[in-house]
Amino acid sequence: MNDIEKNLLLQVADLHDVPMGAYNIREDGALHSRQSTESIEIITKKDKPGIDIRIKPGTKNESVHIPVLITRTGYSEMVYNDFFIGEDSDVLIVAGCGIHNGGCETSQHDGIHTFYLGKNARIKYVEKHYGEGSGTGERIMNPQTVVYMEEGSYIEMETVQIKGVDSTKRHTKIEAAAGCEILITEKLMTHDKQTAVSEMDVLLEGEGSRARVISRSVAQDESEQTFYPRVKGMSDCFGHVQCDSIIMHNAKVRSIPEISANHVNAQLIHEAAIGKIAGDQLLKLMTLGLSEEEAEERILSGFLK
Amino acid sequence: MLEIRNLNYTVKDERGKADILKNINLDIEAGKFVVITGPNGSGKTSLAKAIMGLIPGESGEITGSIKYNGQELTGLGVTGRARLGISYGFQQPPRFKGMQVTDLLSIAAGKILKRDEHCALLSQVGLCTDDYLKREIDTSLSGGELKRIEIATLLARDVSLMIFDEPEAGIDLWSFSKLTETFKIIHKQKKETTIIIISHQERIIKLADEIILVSAGAITKRGSVEEVLPLIMNETVSDCVYLGGAVNE
Ligand SMILES: Nc1ncnc2c1ncn2[C@@H]1O[C@H](COP(=O)(O)OP(=O)(O)O)[C@@H](O)[C@H]1O
Ligand SMILES: [Mg+2]
Repeated sequence: MNDIEKNLLLQVADLHDVPMGAYNIREDGALHSRQSTESIEIITKKDKPGIDIRIKPGTKNESVHIPVLITRTGYSEMVYNDFFIGEDSDVLIVAGCGIHNGGCETSQHDGIHTFYLGKNARIKYVEKHYGEGSGTGERIMNPQTVVYMEEGSYIEMETVQIKGVDSTKRHTKIEAAAGCEILITEKLMTHDKQTAVSEMDVLLEGEGSRARVISRSVAQDESEQTFYPRVKGMSDCFGHVQCDSIIMHNAKVRSIPEISANHVNAQLIHEAAIGKIAGDQLLKLMTLGLSEEEAEERILSGFLK
Repeated sequence: MLEIRNLNYTVKDERGKADILKNINLDIEAGKFVVITGPNGSGKTSLAKAIMGLIPGESGEITGSIKYNGQELTGLGVTGRARLGISYGFQQPPRFKGMQVTDLLSIAAGKILKRDEHCALLSQVGLCTDDYLKREIDTSLSGGELKRIEIATLLARDVSLMIFDEPEAGIDLWSFSKLTETFKIIHKQKKETTIIIISHQERIIKLADEIILVSAGAITKRGSVEEVLPLIMNETVSDCVYLGGAVNE
């Protein structure tokens, strides 16, 4: 790997080199490298671009890394990845896409990740998006995540987009059976003229299913963000949506949470707030010896931590 | 050494102009423990903020001079004053969504603190540490907890002037004892550190080398505990004794 590739890998997967355990590294549409393990099998799809990831029932303490790197200007792709998570397994899945665009043409990654969680399966799914490169070409990422959860399964989903993605449209859809638990944390920062739209549909179908959605964002410069987190309760369930945005400069933020209950015992809450950095927060950190710029940076990084 | 000369602070309000601080003259020698007391609205917080540089230009006019160790502070921002060794614990500290107690204490210390260093700081303000290290400084903290973390941020720094603004507010009795003990220890151990505490608490007042009584924007009395305490015990403002007896009021 060259330095550009290594840095992208570090940014999207916290990896310094090829990871331990199962992995699949895709670069400019081609397979860079892959490793399956005894219990995690990665297979190339035959009918369309993408892979199937099959995790055997009862697999515990294992991880799968499937970073996507794009370094060629003008390259666009649409990828389908399907995850079959066996019953009672407990695994970490790290996806993510890094685009280095040094040219003047648009580079784009669109992906649909579909998860089938077996009974009592648990996953932590981390997805980081990152863009860089001095070229004028745009860096676009449109991820879709679809999750079907069988009884008693658990997903913790963490999505992070901090830098360099010019345009993103994200859609997350989750269907939860009885006793399922969902924790989604979304962290987003946009700057310059970037735009980001994040839609989310969480369907709490089963008795005792629970969902928490925590969305934190920072909009800087001329950027624009729109959030549509929607949670629907179809049974005796609990859902909590919390959206917080810090707005700066000439940015625009829209937050349109929706909760809808179709059952008398559905308990749903949403909170949404947009505001600039409070003056007394800056002043407090300045009394600790930070400059105003340093104070701002610490407040933002704490907020997005 | 803190030297304040002819300090005036005037704001515009509905009735035209209001004098918040009126010709304050005050010298405080290095290493002293001073308590500033006085009724609500008398200008104590304004005086502390003027020293720390926290009064923004647009909120009114400040004239006069404040020198710290011979250096004129006028024209110096908050950061500059902080770097001279001045510190101020807010009467109403801000909350920081997402930031953890350990993050804030490390910012205050100017380096990443180790676990036992965090613990030492938090135990000085009566917070049982393991519960608090990873807590976020958001609305999940009570007023008293927030206040004690605020005090810990001053203890984390290496400063020569500490100004605490009503540190007792919202704090339970047990933690309050711990806190007064901490102030006593700092005063004893850090001989060069000047401590200014704005307080209504008799137990804090009794620790002081000197009491300064502020009333309606002016210093009305200075003296030792023996001289000033009987005066404030008797003093009533609009027929109300302002000195706090209980801690949790
Ligand atoms: N920026 C301001 N604009 C108008 N009035 C102010 C301003 N700052 C302080 N004051 C007023 O000055 C007085 C003194 O306030 P403060 O210094 O907070 O008193 P203390 O700390 O002694 O209770 C109060 O009456 C307060 O309302
Ligand atoms: Mg005050």
